[in-house]
Amino acid sequence: MIGIVDYHLNNLRSVQKAFEKVGVQSFISDDPAELQSAEKLVLPGVGAFGQAMENIRALGLQPLLLDHAASGRPLLGICLGMQLLFSKSYELGAYDGLGIMRGSVKQFPDTVKVPHMGWNQIEKVKQSPLLKDVVENSFVYFVHSYFVVPDDDVTLTQTEYGFRFTSIVQDQNVFGIQFHPEKSQTTGLQLLKNFAGL
Amino acid sequence: MLAKRIIPCLDVDNGRVVKGTNFVGLVDAGDPVEQAKFYDGEGADELIFLDITASSDNRATMLKVVRMTAEEVSIPFTIGGGIRTTDDMRTMLRSGADKVSINTAAVNNPKVISEGAEKFGVQCIVVAIDAKKTAADRWKVFIHGGRTETGLDAVEWAQRCESLGAGEIMLTSMDRDGTKDGYDVELLKRVTDAVRIPVIASGGAGNLDHLYQAFAQADVDAVLAASIFHFRQYTIAQAKEYLRTKNIFVRT
Repeated sequence: MIGIVDYHLNNLRSVQKAFEKVGVQSFISDDPAELQSAEKLVLPGVGAFGQAMENIRALGLQPLLLDHAASGRPLLGICLGMQLLFSKSYELGAYDGLGIMRGSVKQFPDTVKVPHMGWNQIEKVKQSPLLKDVVENSFVYFVHSYFVVPDDDVTLTQTEYGFRFTSIVQDQNVFGIQFHPEKSQTTGLQLLKNFAGL
Repeated sequence: MLAKRIIPCLDVDNGRVVKGTNFVGLVDAGDPVEQAKFYDGEGADELIFLDITASSDNRATMLKVVRMTAEEVSIPFTIGGGIRTTDDMRTMLRSGADKVSINTAAVNNPKVISEGAEKFGVQCIVVAIDAKKTAADRWKVFIHGGRTETGLDAVEWAQRCESLGAGEIMLTSMDRDGTKDGYDVELLKRVTDAVRIPVIASGGAGNLDHLYQAFAQADVDAVLAASIFHFRQYTIAQAKEYLRTKNIFVRT
């Protein structure tokens, strides 16, 4: 069973519905005890980094997420959820993230429109079971003003927006997707299906 | 590369689509959810629902439309019309809308933009601006569905919205709306030059070249159109094919 982590920032139904579409059962919970039983965890999210970390700590979800990642079970961060996996963010200040992956979260430069909003493409950098049957240069739906700069070689795909930034990461059992697979039609559904099948 | 977006806009009154109900092949062409599914399948990049219902009694009807659309449609959609407070925003977002659009409420209480952006993120706050040309190179902002002039300069107001935390501007030319004479490219260009957030062109699309002109001349990020798609003058696929031949990058 896939557990979708609710840290009270957004509507999680679209993620759950996307899993339903590929025939995968999931449950939404903000309770660490309940989420502990999940084989796989999904950390979705939109909103501000600082507020998200505050909620995660207040709900006692930080140890759960760290333990889950350390146990080798699959964990997937989506959008802000991907950014939260990293050590540090500079969104409206400087905040510590979960630190499951090393790297930081930075704002797009003045040379491009922000937020980066709409359908953009993903270019594969590495192969991974997560990218099974995902076509090169597929269009997926992005909405974000910040992007991750990993310290390590974890980039699976990159996306061009004035320059190339990391759009999917993997470090062993931990995955991050910067765009919204639940809003990205067939490509998005394929990624969620692949994650569910890990 | 980021694709330029094509966004059909559905006007919904009391839970029913009021324009363009002559869709062929839909069981109930006046059903907003049916139309949303249709456009999703046809390759629309996003959808906008404008709730034009005057009375607040019918909010429940609109919420039902939002919930059902969220269940059925796999592309992002925005809800506008009658959203005044961050509570209204929360209700819509929690029901499954990806973004909310505010117009009159933003002018009357600009703080609602920043409060919404802080609570839900800038990415889901769209400010809709209805602008009308009042002198050479000057456009004023109107509210209450275009009935009330505010005295605000449209370009300055767009910049203010950006600084307050709007994630996107949906800019409608009242002079062009419904005319099919093309978007007000001059107005659009003034605003895209003045802000860094994405701008959606609205008001006046009558043919595919109008869409092209908005992208090519005004560098907008998206075009909104209603009647050219609703009355099946063009399909979304035809629009994209046309833009592609003109070297505008669109999603396949």
